[in-house]
Amino acid sequence: MGKKLLVALGVLVLVAAAWSGPAWAQKGPIKIGYQGPMTGPAAAVGKDMANGLKMYLDEVGHQIAGRKVELIVEDNQGQPDLALTKLRKLVESDKVHVMAGGLFAHIGYALAPKVDEYKVPMLYPVMAADDLTQRKPAKWVVRTGWTGSQPSHPFGEWVFKTLGYKKVVVVGMDYAFGWEVVGGFQKSFEEAGGQVIQKLWPPLNTTDFAPYLAQIRKDADAVFALMVAVSSLRFPKQYQDAGLKARLPLIGGGTTFDEFVLPSLGDEAIGGISPLIYSAALDTPVNKRFVKEYRAKFGKVPSYYSETYYTAGRWINEAAKAIGGNVEDNERFLAALRKVEISDAPRGPIKLDAYGNPIQNIYIRKVEKKDGELWNTVIQTFPAVSQFWKYKPDEFLKQPVYSRDFPPCKFC
Amino acid sequence: MRLPLLPRHRQIGLGIMLLILIVSPPFLSSFLLSLLTQALIYGVLAMSLDLLVGYLGLPSLGHAAYLGLGAYSVGVLTTRYGANSWIALSVGLLLAMAVAAVFGLVALRATGVYFLMITLALGMVIWGLAHRWVSMTQGDNGISGVPRPDLGLPWSFAKAIPFYYLSLVGFLLALWVLWVIVHSPFGQSLVGIRESESRMRTLGYNVWLHKYIGFIIAGTVGGFSGVLWAYYNGFVSPANMELATSVEALLMVALGGRATLLGPAVGAAAIVFLKNLVSVYTHRWVLILGAVYIGTIVYAPEGIAGALTQLTKGVKPEPLRSKV
Repeated sequence: MGKKLLVALGVLVLVAAAWSGPAWAQKGPIKIGYQGPMTGPAAAVGKDMANGLKMYLDEVGHQIAGRKVELIVEDNQGQPDLALTKLRKLVESDKVHVMAGGLFAHIGYALAPKVDEYKVPMLYPVMAADDLTQRKPAKWVVRTGWTGSQPSHPFGEWVFKTLGYKKVVVVGMDYAFGWEVVGGFQKSFEEAGGQVIQKLWPPLNTTDFAPYLAQIRKDADAVFALMVAVSSLRFPKQYQDAGLKARLPLIGGGTTFDEFVLPSLGDEAIGGISPLIYSAALDTPVNKRFVKEYRAKFGKVPSYYSETYYTAGRWINEAAKAIGGNVEDNERFLAALRKVEISDAPRGPIKLDAYGNPIQNIYIRKVEKKDGELWNTVIQTFPAVSQFWKYKPDEFLKQPVYSRDFPPCKFC
Repeated sequence: MRLPLLPRHRQIGLGIMLLILIVSPPFLSSFLLSLLTQALIYGVLAMSLDLLVGYLGLPSLGHAAYLGLGAYSVGVLTTRYGANSWIALSVGLLLAMAVAAVFGLVALRATGVYFLMITLALGMVIWGLAHRWVSMTQGDNGISGVPRPDLGLPWSFAKAIPFYYLSLVGFLLALWVLWVIVHSPFGQSLVGIRESESRMRTLGYNVWLHKYIGFIIAGTVGGFSGVLWAYYNGFVSPANMELATSVEALLMVALGGRATLLGPAVGAAAIVFLKNLVSVYTHRWVLILGAVYIGTIVYAPEGIAGALTQLTKGVKPEPLRSKV
């Protein structure tokens, strides 16, 4: 066996030699590394994300600050271990200058320490893990997206005051993002006077909700659901089939009724109310153009996943222009990335707060049917909301990060 | 203990292979080196599983649990208590050993498909624990920021190349231990049990005890791979011990060739490299991986090691009665 193993290893070494490839030229293209789930249960979301970024790069003719742009797309299957391996590959082997990627919040936490170690700026256009711009800031992570609790803060109070619900049951995906979206909602909803009377936590990527739906307490006024990707596809239908929709209105986190799932949903989704940083139905010229062109190119309505990655492309462009395209100077590039302000993104104006999270509009959206299609009609806009909303940052940061047990369920 | 001598050409082959593993790192790109480190660590996992699958004929679908136990021991102890690497290593091994000792009591009541199902269920128990015991494991977020080991030696293992050599030493250590075990009279009796339990029982062997000890050793070495993995990756999460990892480990053994120890290690390397290099070129890489598995099962049921022996010697390898 030894001889053959030797041969196998010889081949391996040859591959290695070929892999090292041509030396990287000082002023070659600007290399952007993307990683997302391109296969696996969340693959469709990964495509929305990559399409958004590609669309922007196509629009600028793959030229940024006078240099060509090369986009390297890697598949991480939504798995943290693979995400770390792909991060190594993009930095060590492809020598990218900047990265943008990720979907699930827990992967955001897994990648951040490694990104800091490599000192290559990485944009998090979607990964909303709160603490990365709160209690555990990561220097080299530039969050151009949002924190999970950001839309929930104004939404909780609004639900109590405007919709008048007093008692709410929460069904949330059992991981960082779910806890944060639910936690933000619970905090402001209960401070306004409401009560969260039950919290159910199905695991990530659950598709059969029957055991959870059966447990929902009958004395609630509404159900707040936080679903993601494949779970969003299944939940509203099962909610209706369980006979709950007629009795208990369904509200939720933004991803529960995202444009990514709406085309696959039927009338069961109509009436769902959720807050998010974007709606494809936004009635601004910039967004209308964006939606029209995205549809022409990819045959579907852009979701917030597409919008945030599209804007991430723009973000990189603005920062690279500000330093004359010299992205090799990573410290200056990072500083420039942090200074970017965009006044006319499809989702509205964006700039970073002192902690590195965008201050942006939060839209409260209601699913309605127009011309045979489901849309998230914007029924209320909260302009320029920061991750801390009306709270004082230093006081807010004294509370622990939202988790399964925080805020505690006082009324359960 | 007298080890069976290998034929001369194999000795030379293995020697050269080892030499390549020792000499090549400075010439490899850092990404490739990190893959090679991964391959060594998964090699340890695959070899430990081979003791069960190959030598005992007990296909387990829960072996990732031991990797998880080792990895979480390191993750929790180093990030929370700042424990020293030797303590983390010992706890990782002891925990894996203890859990294997408990699981063995349950699992060894069954064989074949039933053994498969029970180990699967037990593996999911550990996965569920990692997933739900948030105060200890941080749930789905996982534990990040695990530092590289500090063994109190004059060398630092923070950089990729020193850590690679540490993994290589760990791999060789695991290989040596398993090699000695499978070539000892004890190991021979394991093979005997695989071939015919009733005959071994008639000969006066305590079959259950032999299986039980084999099961515990496999679990402990599996835990060792987890310790290395946590230090390598700097991150531990429930994804480490999902069913997919257990299946992958089983495929490494099948691909490499059962009951050969080094075969599964080569299988591990093949899968790590296939997975990470093919996916660079195409998003259809899962398809290609699937085709490789089917190809192996149809054309080389004895795995890479078996196919190579057959190819060069023109003889069929010794047939195995147990099927995975």
